[in-house]
Formats: sequence, structure tokens, C-alpha cells
Amino acid sequence: MSDKKPKRRDFLFTATTAVGAVGAAAVVWPMVDQMNPDASVKALASTEVDVSSVKPGNTITVLWRGKPVFIRRRTKEEIEEARSVKMEELIHPEKDEDRAKNPEWLVMVGVCTHLGCVPLNDKGDYNGWFCPCHGSHYDTSGRIRKGPAPWNMEVPKYEFVNANTIKIG
Amino acid sequence: MKKLFKLILILSFFSLNFAQTFAAEKVEYLKTDWSFKGLFGKFDRAALQRGYQVYTEVCASCHSMKYLSYRNLSEEGGPEFSLAAAKAIAASFEVTDGPNADGEMFTRPGKLSDKFVMPYDNVKAAQAANGGAYPPDMSVLVKARGGGVDYIYSLLQGYEDPPSGVTLDDGVYYNKYMYGNKIRMAAPLSDGIVDYGDGTNASVEQMSKDVTTFLMWAAEPHLEARHQMGFKAIVYLIILTILVYFSMKKIWSRVESEV
Amino acid sequence: MSDHDYKPKSKVGQWFNDRLPLLTLANHLTDYPTPKNLNYWWTFGGILTFCLITQIITGLTLAMHYIAHADMAFESVEHIMRDVNYGWLIRYIHANGASMFFLAVYIHIFRSLFYGSYKSPREIIWILGIIIYLLMMAAAFMGYVLPWGQMSFWGATVITNLFSAIPLVGEGIVTWLWGGYSVDNPTLTRFFTLHYLIPFLILGLVVLHIWALHVPGNNNPVGIDIKKPSKDTVPFHPYIVIKDGFALLMFMIVFAFFVFYTPNILGHADNYIEANPMVTPAHIVPEWYLLPFYAILRSVPDKLLGVVAMLSAILILAALPWLDTSKIRSAVFRPLYKQFYWILVADVLILGYVGAMPAEGLYLLIARVATAYYFLHFLVILPVLGFKERTLPVPLSITEPILGGSPSLAAARHRESKIK
Repeated sequence: MSDKKPKRRDFLFTATTAVGAVGAAAVVWPMVDQMNPDASVKALASTEVDVSSVKPGNTITVLWRGKPVFIRRRTKEEIEEARSVKMEELIHPEKDEDRAKNPEWLVMVGVCTHLGCVPLNDKGDYNGWFCPCHGSHYDTSGRIRKGPAPWNMEVPKYEFVNANTIKIG
Repeated sequence: MKKLFKLILILSFFSLNFAQTFAAEKVEYLKTDWSFKGLFGKFDRAALQRGYQVYTEVCASCHSMKYLSYRNLSEEGGPEFSLAAAKAIAASFEVTDGPNADGEMFTRPGKLSDKFVMPYDNVKAAQAANGGAYPPDMSVLVKARGGGVDYIYSLLQGYEDPPSGVTLDDGVYYNKYMYGNKIRMAAPLSDGIVDYGDGTNASVEQMSKDVTTFLMWAAEPHLEARHQMGFKAIVYLIILTILVYFSMKKIWSRVESEV
Repeated sequence: MSDHDYKPKSKVGQWFNDRLPLLTLANHLTDYPTPKNLNYWWTFGGILTFCLITQIITGLTLAMHYIAHADMAFESVEHIMRDVNYGWLIRYIHANGASMFFLAVYIHIFRSLFYGSYKSPREIIWILGIIIYLLMMAAAFMGYVLPWGQMSFWGATVITNLFSAIPLVGEGIVTWLWGGYSVDNPTLTRFFTLHYLIPFLILGLVVLHIWALHVPGNNNPVGIDIKKPSKDTVPFHPYIVIKDGFALLMFMIVFAFFVFYTPNILGHADNYIEANPMVTPAHIVPEWYLLPFYAILRSVPDKLLGVVAMLSAILILAALPWLDTSKIRSAVFRPLYKQFYWILVADVLILGYVGAMPAEGLYLLIARVATAYYFLHFLVILPVLGFKERTLPVPLSITEPILGGSPSLAAARHRESKIK
């Protein structure tokens, strides 16, 4: 009997295996997806920061999504220094005007783009930040100038709710 | 025949166990047509939104719902308020946050990510304000009561005058569906106690149904997803079972035996 | 397992297999000669393997989100149910999976009782099985404590207090188990640790259980020793694999129904109330799968003796291969035993029923009679039956049965009609 219709029999076994494999794959997904950020983590998208007490030349660090965010009120000299740099000199060319819409305020995620350490304020060869882990130097716009880090420090989405309050996220 | 006997034995064993939950309460609960029962059961959005209104305007003055967040109100499968409406609801509550840079706690308008604001700071405060009885948290209340939704629905409508011979202390009320019939909560609902925006008549029965629906969602926010996935999963399993059955028949036809 | 002269075809395979004979093992498992008359009651071994793996995988993923702390456990479970992606699905599979696991293990045990699979030469398989069953109960009990609801808390209190029945050192042992003077955070964290450990112990024992099975090979519905391989056997793959797969899928449909449509019916409503050391729920019951033993515990009016009776009810099973004196394995050829077997099944179901009821009045009386019968069955009926019972003639092989009341009679007739 099995010799008469070998093709149909093959089809039956193939179909069974295929349908079974689809189900197995569908079962794997929830087990993988459960490790992604959950609904409560995704909801914590924004933080509001009162910056009225920050004096020029000072930096405050706030926590956003579990990462430090640097908010620096820059001095005139720092702004000038950041804006006068030629694009050719930069490892990751970005204009300071694009990074700091309001030139007085620089807001960026304080995480070194090399391997995730937190750089130190007012250190390094470019008067900006210096990462102690593997020696990356950032300038007064938070751009990478020297060292192993590949990119500038990331500028998050933020906005001024009013003159004294910045909403990050 | 014997197989049938065994099957009946096993099934009766199970049903006896299910019955145990309800055996203690002999009262017949009031019945209503719940939209979320059955293989394809879904929540009635309008009822959920009305139920939320009853909860905030009536229940929330004593009962917390500490596992829910305002964002849940706009999530799929729930009351599905628009994002703007949910934001407005959240902002209408004062949330304690902090400490700020001076080390002080402060209040601010609620955000979507905030948990429902609690009427009391802690259990002790809730007890003190309610003559020693703690109004239970309502997040999973429906699942925490033997009769589930039917029990809550009945309880809300079960207030009556005590039969002769039953004396009630101050602050104790008679409810024919409550275990022991004595309840420390005064009848929370009365006709027209809330003003429904959609024009539905706010009768005690209607409000009981709406708020119970809302509580069911609060306890099982993924019920709709569960029902949908369940149907697909079972259909899939049946198809695969049939395929495997015929494969098995083919394979076993090679040997002289019964499968 | 050494009866194989398997040689991999490829050179690489040979090289590897000479160093680690995994391919020999794989070949042994696929070729393993299995009696061809195994019925569907034999598929529960495979189903149980599936249950164990499902519990381990879902348990591992739940442990990534669960917080074993008295102040946060309940909340973290709600977090899993509400916020974690597919958290509700994984938790409901795990919670109902425990019940399905026990359902399968009871069928597996009662199949063994019916067909005499515990008898020589399979005593070690049986005893390993009893140890696995005990560990399953420990794992299930500790797992039930983790959500830190009212039933968790009071279940933990009641069960750990069983140890206080031990004379002299009992109180000290209970305090040691708790890590305090009541069930509290230290108890929760150690229960979580042990709940995580036990499934892997079970997994190891399951490997031994199967290893011990593969030495004499499967018992079968006729209960006779068979030659392997022979006309009476089929290779495990594909015959048994596909049959087990079919039964597993049927089982999964029932499983899925519970998970997706009545996920809380096997649990208790009180466990959705956070643990409160000041208030005991009105009606405390364990999960359904422990009810028969709970009934035995409550039927003895003395604290120590009650605990002894409950433990004996399980441990007596380990002595079963020697308590059953009959030379015949399968109940098919033991007309009297068959009847006593069904009485025992009913007795255990009755114990389960009264275990769920309040321990008073008629229920208590029934529980006592049923408890007494339970021990009577194993201690008196089985040993005596072996000597007194007139058994039916047993066939010499599965394919060549002698006529007369054997289950293969129908098969024989069927075959005869085919030949004609």
C-alpha cells in the first residue's frame, strides 16, 4: 500500500514536520521577547529637570533611563571654542550648532561611546570630558577628539518646557 | 467501556475539585451577561470607561488600586481612552515625587507612568480612617474572591435591612451576599450617584455591572490577548494533531499491530 | 547499553564517537526495541518529560523577573502578569503546568500499578520514580509559596509545622526551616533557592529512571518478558516517537485550554490576597494534587501519628515490589487484583475529595475509612492476593498469544481475519 503512493506519503510527513516546526518557532518567541524592556520600563520615557540653579561653567548630572545625562551651562569661551573647530579635525564631524540648539546649554548622555563608562567633567586635553577607562578625550561640545571612542557623546531628545525646566525624552 | 469509566472517574475528580471553591458559599449570585466570557470574550469598552468613572468617583475614596498605572487606561484591550485623555486623567491627580535637590518631597501633576494614586498612605492609615477595617486593594480583587465577578456584582446590589433577630453594631451593614452577611462598607452605590457622560442611566444595577467589568479588566488586563491567542493556539494544535495522527497511521501500517 | 556494536559511517563521526560515544547513545535511543503492543497509558512517560522541560524553561524565564523578598514578591508577580512581555502567558503556563505535571504523573503511577511495572526486574525504576514524585511534591509546595499570597503563607506555615510533630527536636527543626520565629523573608528566599534547585535534581533522576528502564526494557500490557529485538518489538524511532507525539499533542490541547481559558480554576482565590501573618483564610486547602495525603493527615487525631501516616502513605509505595507477592505482572490476567485496583483508584479519589472538604462530621468518618482501606490494600490485600488468586493463563509472546481472555485476543482475531 505504501509503495503505491510514495509521493503522498512524503507530502504528509513533510507537512507534519513543517507545521510542527512553525509551532515550535512560535513558542520560542515569547521566551525571547520576555527579556526585552517591559511596558513599565518603556513608559518611563521622560524626565523633567529644573536647571535654574546651575551657574555658567557648571555641570549637573541627572538620571534618565538609568543613564547619567550631563547638563552643562557653558561659558562664552567654551561655546566659542566648540564652534570654532574645523570639521576636518573631528573624528565624528558634527556641528556644535546642531548639538546645542541653545548654545548656553549642552545636554547629552554622559556615557563614553567606547565601552560605556562615565567620563569625568573638566578633564582631558580639550577642556571637556575625559574617560578614565580607556583614555578618550571629548571637547566642550562633547565630541570625541582623541582616544578609542568612535563617536561623539549622544544628544538625547529634549526640550525646554520653560526657561528653567528641561524635559529629557 | 472501561476507558469511558476511567475518563468519567478522572473528570469527576476534577469537577469535584472545582466545586470546592464554591462549596463554602451556598448563596446563588445574581447573574448578568458578561461580554468577556467565552472563547472570544472581549471587554465592552464603554462599560470599562463608565466603570472607571464609578471607580474614581466612588470606590477610589477608600480603595486603592496600587498595581495599575495611568498608562494602562490607554493601552490596548483596556478602556482604551485616547492618549490625550489618559494624560489628562493622570494630570488631574497630585503625585508625591522626590526627593528634589534640596532633599524634600514635593507634589506634581501625575504622568502616564505613575501608579494610581492611593487614598491612604499605608494600611494602618486606611484602617484608622475606616473604623479598623481595611478597604482591600482592588487591583486583583475579582481574582481574590471565590465567586469572582458574579460575587462582586451581587455584593454591590446585596444590601438590605437585616432580618429580625440580627442586630448590627455601629458601622456594620447587612449584605445578603457577604460571607457571614455582615459588612463594614456602607452601600457604596445609589441611583444617580455618578453622572455618565454617554447618557447611560446610572442605576445601581448598571453601575455595578460597569464597575465590575472595570475590576475584571484591572485584574486581567491581558484577557483579550489571552482569548485571541488561545483560540489560535488550540486551532493550531488540533491541525497538528490531525496531521500527526495520519502520519502515525501510515508509519504503523508497516508493522502488524494496532496503534 | 553495551549491547551495541554501532559504528558511525563517517570518519569524523568515528573519530568523535571513539572519544565520546554520543552517537552510540543516539543510536541506542532511536533503535531501542520497544514492545509493539504498548497502549496510550504508556505515552505518559514522554508527556512527563515534556512537562518537566516546560516547567524548567518557563521557570527560568519567570526567575528573571521575580523578586524573592517578602515585601516585593507579590508585587513582582503582578509586574510579571501586567508589564513583562508575555509574562502572563509564561506564568499561567508555569502555574497550570504544575497541575498538568501531577495529572500526568498520577496516570503514570496508576498505569504502573495496573500493569505491575514495578515488579522484578524493574524495582529500581520504580523506587527512582517514587523519589522523583517526592521531589515533585517538594518543588510544587515551595513554588506555591513564592507568589506570597495568603495560601502561600499559610500553606507554608501549616506544612513546615508538620515537622514540629517530631518529638524533642521538632520545634528546633521548624525554627531552623523558617530561619526565624515564623514564616517570613528568610523562609521565602530559601524556598526560592530550593525551588530553583529541585527541578535539576529531578532532571538527573529522570536520566537514571530512563537508564534503569533501558536495561530490562519496557513492561507491556501483557506483562510478559519478551525477546529484544524480535517480532514483538518495534524500534523507538519512528514508531514510539510518533505515537508519543500524538498523545502529547492531545495532552497539550487540554493544557492550552486551562492556560488560555480557565487559568485560575486550579488555584485558590485567596492566593490573590497578599500574605498577611495576622489573618488566616477561612478554609485552607492545599493544591488538588496533594489533597489525598492531606486527607490522610487530618484523619488521624494525633499530631505525630498523623504526620507518620501521611509520610507512610507515600513511602509504602517504595516497598510495593515486595508487598505484591504475585508472579503475574499485568492485571489483565489477575481478575481479583483488577477489582481491587479499581477500588484503590476510587479510594484515592475519595481521599482527594474529602481532603478538600472541612474535616468534620461525615467527611471525617469517610476520610478515616478511606485511609484505613488505603493501608489495608498495600499491607494486607496485596500480599495475600499473590498466594490466593487464581490467575488466567498468560500468553508466551505478544505475537503468539494463547487464546483465552487476553487483550491480544482481539488483535489475534483481527490478524486471523486479515490472513483469510
